[in-house]
Amino acid sequence: MNTATASRYAAEYQTIAPALPGQSLPWLQALRAKALEQFSAQGFPSPREEEWRYTNVSGIEKKLFSPSVSLTIGDVNAEWLKAYQLQDAWVLVLVNGHFSAELSVLDGLPEAVSVMGMADALAKQPDKVEKYLGTAADQAEHSFIAFNTAWFTDGLFVHVPAKVVLDKPIQVLHAVTGADAMATTRNIIIVDEMAEAKVIETFISRDGVYAASLPGAGAAIGEANAYLTAAVTEVFVGQNADLTLYKMQSESEKAYHFGGSYIKQARDARFTHHNFAFGSLLARSDIHVDLDHASECELNGLYLGVKRQHIDNHTRINHLKPYAISRELYKGVLDDRARGVFQGRVIVAVDAQKTDSQMNNRNLLLSDDAEADTKPQLEIYADDVKCGHGVTVGQLDEKSIFYLQSRCVDEETARNMLTFAFANEMVDKVKIKGLHDMILEQVLARFPQQGVNKEWL
Amino acid sequence: MLSIKNLHVSVGDKPILKGINLEIKAGEIHAIMGPNGSGKSTLSHVLSGKGGYTVTEGSATYQGKDLLEMAPEIRAREGVFLAFQYPVEIPGVSNIYLLKAALNSIRKHNGQPEVDAMDFLTLVKEKVRLLEMDEKFLYRAVNEGFSGGEKKRNEILQMAILEPKLCIMDETDSGLDIDALKIVSEGVNSLRSPDRAFVMVTHYQRLLDYIKPDFVHVLAHGQIVKSGGADLALELEEKGYSWVEDNQAAA
Ligand SMILES: Nc1ncnc2c1ncn2[C@@H]1O[C@H](COP(=O)(O)OP(=O)(O)O)[C@@H](O)[C@H]1O
Ligand SMILES: [Mg+2]
Repeated sequence: MNTATASRYAAEYQTIAPALPGQSLPWLQALRAKALEQFSAQGFPSPREEEWRYTNVSGIEKKLFSPSVSLTIGDVNAEWLKAYQLQDAWVLVLVNGHFSAELSVLDGLPEAVSVMGMADALAKQPDKVEKYLGTAADQAEHSFIAFNTAWFTDGLFVHVPAKVVLDKPIQVLHAVTGADAMATTRNIIIVDEMAEAKVIETFISRDGVYAASLPGAGAAIGEANAYLTAAVTEVFVGQNADLTLYKMQSESEKAYHFGGSYIKQARDARFTHHNFAFGSLLARSDIHVDLDHASECELNGLYLGVKRQHIDNHTRINHLKPYAISRELYKGVLDDRARGVFQGRVIVAVDAQKTDSQMNNRNLLLSDDAEADTKPQLEIYADDVKCGHGVTVGQLDEKSIFYLQSRCVDEETARNMLTFAFANEMVDKVKIKGLHDMILEQVLARFPQQGVNKEWL
Repeated sequence: MLSIKNLHVSVGDKPILKGINLEIKAGEIHAIMGPNGSGKSTLSHVLSGKGGYTVTEGSATYQGKDLLEMAPEIRAREGVFLAFQYPVEIPGVSNIYLLKAALNSIRKHNGQPEVDAMDFLTLVKEKVRLLEMDEKFLYRAVNEGFSGGEKKRNEILQMAILEPKLCIMDETDSGLDIDALKIVSEGVNSLRSPDRAFVMVTHYQRLLDYIKPDFVHVLAHGQIVKSGGADLALELEEKGYSWVEDNQAAA
């Protein structure tokens, strides 16, 4: 059934291909051809695949999304966009999958540091891109990656050379404005030995609003658009380097989102991920981390689902070598008829002695119709390791509600306080003020705030 | 202040309180003693409005109003305070935030404006000193990671700040070492006043060495089987609960 859709996309491909970047690069053309072939054979992932059993993407097949072949920023309301643009950061803006120099703010970057659009990178430093593209994300994994490889129009390219410590974060804003659009971006982040950086991926759409209180809602709110975002980010953290990557996704209530982050950590590298999934109609994120000797990773996630949203997060941590440490905490709050999925795999290779790994997933269901599917998996092939995992799915604790009531707080406020406290633990981990406040707005917009005081948050 | 008449309470089909009668006037301290499982916590919970209990008979009147009709938070705002036997941990909500929210709810209920931020901090810090607590506790999540003794002290801190009219203390002494017991008792004694009443639920008499009750009631099998003055606690200590339970059987 999937291949019929695949062939519709494949048939269109020939008209689009000439407009895709990297035409003069044989290696990329070969990569794209192979990817197209794989996607044509497989179509979009099917719920029969173990990794997709909770997430049915067949809705995508009812539409034929098409990529915009060039930058059209006519309908971008700069005011609306500004609400998501961090003040004290370098900001690279992608509109419908294309880099906009006009909307980006990249001045003052240290000379040795590259931050540019992927199309530019393919034109200016193709050899470097070739060295990395496709080496962290495995096309064989599932067909969204192949789809992305074949169709990507642009993306973010970051290279922070050895020993450079960036004093401001780099933000990439993925904005989608059109109906039936397809925003397919390929992103590469390289942080060399002993360098330090913070990168923020923000996925937004003009109508991606669940409450009128969100930034820019008043000015730009329109009919919710159905579209497809497919972003693949490959990340390389060098020896003893330190990267913090943030993802904030809040898109149209009719949109589909696939986002994959594939991270390779060298010896002693540190990587922290904060994944804030406010979702779209259906949103799926894959986060895969490969850990070398004594490297450390921390994966934090918060997913908030309302209405009929489906939000799926898949993480995989590969402990390949000894002495690596991984910490993972994903929290979900699901209301109305929303469904949250968490699948977390930790794989400890035979070699990876002295692995120290802890994975937790906690879900709060606010309505009888909400659902959480959680599946932690530990696969341990080494014998001297410390690995643990924990999972909870439940409602607010009645004892806690009564305790607050006995301290003069009415029941509704007590429920709101406890819900916010649950989610806020993850928001609090964000130390970039502007981003913290932006995320807090998103959280507050989704649940009743009666009695919840910002000063306390 | 509080008048309990023939109070019967069940959990599901199981009767737990079987006709409690108790008159508590402002300024008085009542101790309720009894063996484990006699219904002491049930009585404390029912008075403060915890769900899951069914009142099958009888009444509780507080300051002329039907207490059992009121939502728990209204009881609290009207001045009923329960110091929990097992205080609950509330991750993500700071102690000081809850204190302020609680105090302002009471003030709003009484038609008063919100407390001034500086006045509030002065008040809170004074009470923190009184209970010999570290100010850091104010900024930690409510009871999260507190030791048993710290939780009990925190309950009394809340009580000292909210200045309730009817203080119900459920086994406040359990989990306290002797030094902490003295500090907590001093805190409670400093709150004694002619317009405030205390109900102290306890299994042992040792708390009563520091906070002298006006009346002692013995609860057994859901009924008050004996009432008397402070001496009754000593007598109980000496003779054990079997003495009153046997007495009841004989009567
Ligand atoms: N929620 C409940 N469900 C069933 N039985 C209960 C419940 N709460 C209390 N009980 C029972 O009621 C009796 C009194 O309990 P409790 O009030 O906690 O006693 P105390 O505080 O004096 O030790 C005990 O037999 C206890 O098992
Ligand atoms: Mg008890």
